[in-house]
Amino acid sequence: MREIFVSDIAAKVAELCVRACVEVSPEIRRLMQAARPLDAGLGGQVLEKMLLNQEIAKSERMPICQDTGMVVVFVRIGQDVRIVGGSLDEAITDGVRMGYDKGFLRKSVVEDPIRRVNTGDNAPAIIHYEIVPGDGFHITVSPKGFGSENMSRLVMLVPADGIEGIKNFVLETVIKAHSNACPPIIVGVGIGGSFELSAIMAKKALLRKLGEAHPDPFWAEVEAELLVKINETNIGPAGLGGRLTAMAVHINTYATHIAGLPLAVNLGCHVNRHEEGEL
Amino acid sequence: MNEIREITTPLTDEIIQSLSCGEMVYITGKVYTARDLAHGRIMVMLDAGEAMPFEFTGNIVFYAGPSPAPPGKCCGSIGPTTAGRMDLHSPTLIAHGLKAMMGKGLRADPVRAAIRAHGGIYFAAIGGVAALMSKSIKSVEIVAFEDLGTEAVRLLEVEKFPAIVAIDSRGCCIYDR
Ligand code: SF4
Repeated sequence: MREIFVSDIAAKVAELCVRACVEVSPEIRRLMQAARPLDAGLGGQVLEKMLLNQEIAKSERMPICQDTGMVVVFVRIGQDVRIVGGSLDEAITDGVRMGYDKGFLRKSVVEDPIRRVNTGDNAPAIIHYEIVPGDGFHITVSPKGFGSENMSRLVMLVPADGIEGIKNFVLETVIKAHSNACPPIIVGVGIGGSFELSAIMAKKALLRKLGEAHPDPFWAEVEAELLVKINETNIGPAGLGGRLTAMAVHINTYATHIAGLPLAVNLGCHVNRHEEGEL
Repeated sequence: MNEIREITTPLTDEIIQSLSCGEMVYITGKVYTARDLAHGRIMVMLDAGEAMPFEFTGNIVFYAGPSPAPPGKCCGSIGPTTAGRMDLHSPTLIAHGLKAMMGKGLRADPVRAAIRAHGGIYFAAIGGVAALMSKSIKSVEIVAFEDLGTEAVRLLEVEKFPAIVAIDSRGCCIYDR
């Protein structure tokens, strides 16, 4: 049994929240740098502003975007781990509070979806746990902006809709989102499982490292084809036209029922914040 | 590339009519932030016949909620939120004299029609370049609804704030092209 203290978990969550909000991933940065010279129009100028903004945010420790999101946390916890000193849920929530306070991040959470009073500390987080063999403790923090979250969609297709039905729905989602999702976007797709699993798979797909394809060549090809189609829409950076509308399409799949074909599309904006750590 | 035009508030009808969709501008002067909850409250106040928290004429409403200002800075990161969420209320506000709005993304047809009917304008700012945009903010003052936190109405003094004319006073929209 390995023991992990709640205070260490809170500190780690706080650190990851701040880093995710002020530093863009090196993969996003490299991809934008490579795309910049290919686009002489407005889209290219927007990419240049995004790159400059990333530099200012990192050096001045300011959020890349004012919307520092609602925090989605994925915890992978070994079954031989014992959490000591308090509740794991509360430790994560405390970490969010600390990070958002100390990092001067925006508090964007309301207590009730209709009565809408700001909680003032960006808590609570949305926490997903996964129990695995061993004594590891892995945590991913993803402060999710809602410009892109709002443009995400889920549909229960039928098996006869097949791969074409999937492609059409993904493409339609991106076109409807247009500039609201702050392109160039990452497109997270969850296919199969059940209603809720497809959505969680789509969210997890946004966490995959840019440039990594689906391990199954069949799905890797669908990802590549969708990416080309999306970038032919000419929506472009900030929706102002150009070649780079999406930086990646990431698909996750799972077994499903004989009657079903659940499909969820979760959009991530050009900031696509996520950071991970181990304890 | 052509020299980018700088416009200064208050925005007169003359300035608004001289701008065309697709044009990049730098805005200098006064801008008021108002987003979802502030719009809700303003609508209630309008219904009750109360005075508005700020003057509509000549001013720009910016759909934005900044991150907190760190020590030594007047403003945290700031940028546009999705304008479409304000579509339900904008035609009413435009009918009450609001002419200039700024946010990100597409507007619904009734908003576009109201802009055309009243000679208004909608600017698009780039989403997610908020640390860079904070450099254009010279001062920030909360003028209403302080209890709403980031959603309070703030008066911003901006200097050379970059934006693009997305819907001009004739109703031409950049996203149509
Ligand atoms: S979608 Fe992303 S970049 Fe756009 S405003 Fe929201 S968090 Fe910022």
